[in-house]
Amino acid sequence: MKIAIIDYESGNLKSVSKAVELASNNILNKSDVKIINLANELKNFDKIVLPGQGSFKQCYQSLLSIEGMIDELTSAVLVKQKPILGICVGMQLFSSFGEEDGGSKGFDWIKGKVNKINLTDKNLKLPHMGWNNISINQKSKLFSGIENESHFYFVHSFAFDVENDQFISATTNYSTEIVSAIEKDNIFGTQFHPEKSQANGIKILENFIKL
Amino acid sequence: MLKNRIIPCLDVKDGRVVKGINFVDLIDAGDPVEQASVYNKNGADEICFLDITASSDKRDILLDTVKKTAECCFVPLTVGGGVRSIQDIRKLLLAGADKVSINTAAIKNPELIKESSNKFGSQCIVVAIDAKKTAENKWTVFTHGGREATELDALEFAKLAEKNGAGEILLTSMDRDGTKNGYDIELTKKISRSLNIPVIASGGVGNLQHLKDGILDGGASAVLAASIFHFGEYSIQEAKEYLKKENVPVRL
Repeated sequence: MKIAIIDYESGNLKSVSKAVELASNNILNKSDVKIINLANELKNFDKIVLPGQGSFKQCYQSLLSIEGMIDELTSAVLVKQKPILGICVGMQLFSSFGEEDGGSKGFDWIKGKVNKINLTDKNLKLPHMGWNNISINQKSKLFSGIENESHFYFVHSFAFDVENDQFISATTNYSTEIVSAIEKDNIFGTQFHPEKSQANGIKILENFIKL
Repeated sequence: MLKNRIIPCLDVKDGRVVKGINFVDLIDAGDPVEQASVYNKNGADEICFLDITASSDKRDILLDTVKKTAECCFVPLTVGGGVRSIQDIRKLLLAGADKVSINTAAIKNPELIKESSNKFGSQCIVVAIDAKKTAENKWTVFTHGGREATELDALEFAKLAEKNGAGEILLTSMDRDGTKNGYDIELTKKISRSLNIPVIASGGVGNLQHLKDGILDGGASAVLAASIFHFGEYSIQEAKEYLKKENVPVRL
């Protein structure tokens, strides 16, 4: 099982690769995890992790600046049906459009828009930062073996407003209901950071590797 | 519901965890890698690693120690000390940091906050403010690990940091640091009420009630402490059980 982590100079890359390696060692007794930044390398891998931090637009632009990367990703995911896990902005990029920073289109793999979290409770802060409990759709493959209302680590100000509810695999409450995970065929994503969510997070990465 | 975070802080000097009083008189408190590993196991919500003399020694942060510390951390790791440029931040992220704390360089050049939050995202950029009370209802910003005074008012600077894209503020009271008399609640309240981003209260924790006061009275989203955890007076678990009993939302 070869897993690629896409490097487009965004965020906590090392944390992500370290956690994926641990999860892989836990269930396969070995790990073949590589951080890549070239589109033509993607074909050598079975699964893809797309991390992401920063603004939606900046992340999209950074991916766009790697020649052929978005096309190769799309072909790997939609044609070859390779499983992909998007983390935080990595997941948000699967949407149709993100309004952050003047707006940018996304990959449009899962219909919906990424909008700023609408805080009705003025005592709450943005970013939504820290540990929050999530409500899990029990049919989800990613959350297999994870107790409902478990805690995960979030840090974001924008959230994915998914058009079709059936692709939402978990939600959390922060003034409003926030999509915290999505699942559609071979496409998976978490708004929270599994790589920073201790045992529960590692379990999610294990589930992704087991798929 | 979002929980308040408990953050043990490793103040590191020459590769060892140290603890001082009012930022000086440092006492050895162990190996950062071992400490981080224990905190990670015991339910810390985040871990903070500060190379406290990197700026005053005019050198780069101890990347190797950061790397080893990050190896055993599966909670967010904030790293600070001697961060001066976009390249420094990228190096730390590649060494395993999740967030980077900027202090001296952010004060010298507030544009660095803007550039770095644009590049890496606000969530990644923590602006650390070391503040000392200089008059009634007035706190002044210090740099270089509390060694040099500035002209800046702490509240004004915190607002500027937020405007420039900081994801949170790590607010340390120099008057309280190491005294075990509790956080400077007035300072914490003043800053947290005026900002929309989270504030981490720091400096002065001597017992568990101080953690509660920082959250409930000071309005902090997270509370940072060093010596009460390092020297084993309380475990993270005990702190959380206490806070839960006092109706502070925590992750147990």
